Amino acid sequence: MFLAAIILLFVAMLFVLIRLYVGKTLYDRVLAANAFGTHTVLFIGVLGFLMGRPDFLDIALLYALINFVGTIAILKYFRYRAIGDAHQKPTEQEIGQ
Amino acid sequence: MVEMFVDITLFVMLVATAIAIVRMRQLFGVVMMAGVFSLLSAMLLVALDAVDVAFTEAAVGAGISTVLMLSTLTLTSRIEIPATRSPLIPLLVVTVTGAAIIYGTLDMPSFGDPNAPAQVGVAAQYLAQSPEEIGIPNVVTVILAGYRSFDTLGEVAVVFTAGVGVLMLISGLRRRRRKPDNESRGKTS
Repeated sequence: MFLAAIILLFVAMLFVLIRLYVGKTLYDRVLAANAFGTHTVLFIGVLGFLMGRPDFLDIALLYALINFVGTIAILKYFRYRAIGDAHQKPTEQEIGQ
Repeated sequence: MVEMFVDITLFVMLVATAIAIVRMRQLFGVVMMAGVFSLLSAMLLVALDAVDVAFTEAAVGAGISTVLMLSTLTLTSRIEIPATRSPLIPLLVVTVTGAAIIYGTLDMPSFGDPNAPAQVGVAAQYLAQSPEEIGIPNVVTVILAGYRSFDTLGEVAVVFTAGVGVLMLISGLRRRRRKPDNESRGKTS
């Protein structure tokens, strides 16, 4: 059953990766990277049960935290054009429309 | 069998991401893909049972590196300029280096070999004595914080110094950039 779960998880990762590579706009890519972080959390959880040693389940929580902080930093960059300082918004060319 | 399937699937996705990074010209997208690449390597390391290495890879590769590369993009261009020179010589150098590294791995002991040089040194002694001597269940923690605690203390000092240096550099840069920015904005508007 966990094998089926991990195969379906790989299929879901494949869809996200296709969106990441094709990515019509930049925001699609940000969303794809964030969704892939969530898939990492799920993968670590499922892999623990698949190999019969679910000792590292709490590590998956830390990955969720990293993913959250990373996404906040990226979105802050889009909003303010810089991590710490206020600048102009990105141009149409950079977003890829 | 199952392990093999997981490893091969992850490696295929890793290679596909690397090729996509090379072909990409918009550097924002490259930063996103580099984060995903790092998450994939972290998953591979978890599959190889190196959970602590995997966590370092995820924290540094997907967390800090993304932020640092985005900060760099604010200072430079956001679109990669196509190379004007022929990529043949760099390709040759990379191929030769990669072949040399693969040739080097042929002499290495196979994965999980109990007679590997890393296993026959003090490792067995650590595994046997750490429950009585120190009493922490995780042997990696025992080695890092017990047997090699002075080494770890030195590492922490190095990382702290590096962090303080980077913070000072970034804050100095921001203060210098703010003044001319306001002046140029006043002129154009």
